[in-house]
Amino acid sequence: MSEVLVYADHANGKVAKSTFELLTLARRIGTPVAVVLNAGDSASQVAAALAEYGAETVLTADDSVYSDYLVAPAAELLASLVDSRSPAAVLLSSSFEGKEIAGRLSVKTDSGVITDAVDIDSDLVATQSVFAGGYTVRGKVTQGTPILTVKPNSVAPEASAAAGAVEAVSAEISDAAKTAKVVSTEDKPQTGRPNLTEAAIVVSGGRGTGGDFGPVETLADSLGAAVGASRAAVDAGWYPHANQVGQTGKTVSPQLYVAAGISGAIQHRAGMQTSKTIVAINKDDEAPIFELVDFGVVGDLFQVLPQATEAINSHK
Amino acid sequence: MRIAVFVKYVPDAAGDRSFTDDNTVDRSVDGLLSELDEYAVEEALSIADDADDAEVIAVTVGPDDAVDAVRKALQMGADSGVHVVDDSLAASDALGTSKVLAATVRKIEEEEGPVDLVVTGMASTDGSMSVVPVQVAELLGRPAATFASEVSVDGQTVKIRRDGDTASQHIEVTLPALVSVTDQINEPRYPSFKGIMAAKKKPLEEYELADLGLSADVAGTAGATTEVLEVTARPPRSAGEIITDDGDGGTKLVEFLAGQKLV
Repeated sequence: MSEVLVYADHANGKVAKSTFELLTLARRIGTPVAVVLNAGDSASQVAAALAEYGAETVLTADDSVYSDYLVAPAAELLASLVDSRSPAAVLLSSSFEGKEIAGRLSVKTDSGVITDAVDIDSDLVATQSVFAGGYTVRGKVTQGTPILTVKPNSVAPEASAAAGAVEAVSAEISDAAKTAKVVSTEDKPQTGRPNLTEAAIVVSGGRGTGGDFGPVETLADSLGAAVGASRAAVDAGWYPHANQVGQTGKTVSPQLYVAAGISGAIQHRAGMQTSKTIVAINKDDEAPIFELVDFGVVGDLFQVLPQATEAINSHK
Repeated sequence: MRIAVFVKYVPDAAGDRSFTDDNTVDRSVDGLLSELDEYAVEEALSIADDADDAEVIAVTVGPDDAVDAVRKALQMGADSGVHVVDDSLAASDALGTSKVLAATVRKIEEEEGPVDLVVTGMASTDGSMSVVPVQVAELLGRPAATFASEVSVDGQTVKIRRDGDTASQHIEVTLPALVSVTDQINEPRYPSFKGIMAAKKKPLEEYELADLGLSADVAGTAGATTEVLEVTARPPRSAGEIITDDGDGGTKLVEFLAGQKLV
């Protein structure tokens, strides 16, 4: 069986859930081979986690060049691996980084790229959800080595133990790839809530919060959910842009999406329309969000959310 | 300083976006400058405002109507426009489009002089792939500082801030370079009446692929590296249950969630 390269996202010795999803998809296509950059001392821990989800081989590359510069060096390493190992495909997560590596790799290998896949078949046909979730497109790469980026939370990660043999690799990184220098990095304060794009439940607030996200956050915490925000709320400065759900923010597809005080403009729908179950609370019974919901409450979110939080807490 | 800003003409997201029989995006509907490119135009203009002797060239690749995207940029204040239009460009994918855009930058350099900075949006609002900016940078062999929510140009150095989920990064590149900007970076200006009138007199160059030294199979159907096999409209969500809060809306909401085994 041919190999499928999986670009692994990891931090502090922990592998991202989205990477386990990629490995789950890769197993349908061929033999998963994970590529891990700069795991350093935690390499064996990272490799063990990757092996648990089916990585036969774990290729590790340690070089400060991968963190000192934006993705171009990582793309060069992957290009050299595509050249030497002729994989059936390269899978990456649909993050800024994943998409950028994919774009550069497609030029280097003159290959087609498909982004934001929500599913991949064994014959490399990718499914995408486009136009604000209005259409489903199935397509494939017809030239070169298929490069596919996959949206987080698209498939359920399934464990399947494999060898996870660690092999160190390296590549000659050109000077041209060392041009976008990362001068400094400031970590953002952690909220303790799940990652928005990976969360099983998302509770979002919009204009109707009037800037008070308290009830939204409290409900989210009772559900173990991530907190999202509409563009109106972010533009008003009420919530950070990193939490924006919509066309110009994150696309989420959780098991449950709760929209509180969000009218449901196309900008927002684009980011949440494919959620499995959608509920909404809005004062305006004509808000377009109600066209999408499985359950809707016409009412004041400052009454409904605290009551719901209390009911959930007593339900536990 | 010469700045090229890429602008895309896209179907209006508020309208009825769909596909044609050959599985390509239906571009016969009302279109406009991709909203995310307005931020790129604004940023290019404000960088030019702060520089001595700078010009901004708006570049689009697309069918006849696509020139509207360039016109909007000219109305906002860009100095000139370039429209690459060619029958063989229909159904171009990202890589094909990037090859044409890179060749267009080279053509501008040949005709006008060095292009110091290329500015793009973070994604288009139709394809929303976000790969064209880095593909063009890769093809031109210049650094890319991407997803910027802040850009400053000081001499030959461009600094950007990029806000990720868990951290903000400060990135530095040296000109010539490419930057892509997010919708967080600025508030795009509206064209003024004066701007709209002035735009009519601004130079607008039209190129075909041959003018750029490209063969017809670099992009379009002939140059496609991806193929769409099937397009299906998502079935509308079936109507849900909507209640009006009579003092027990929160409780009823949780009863629904419990029924769905979500709590």
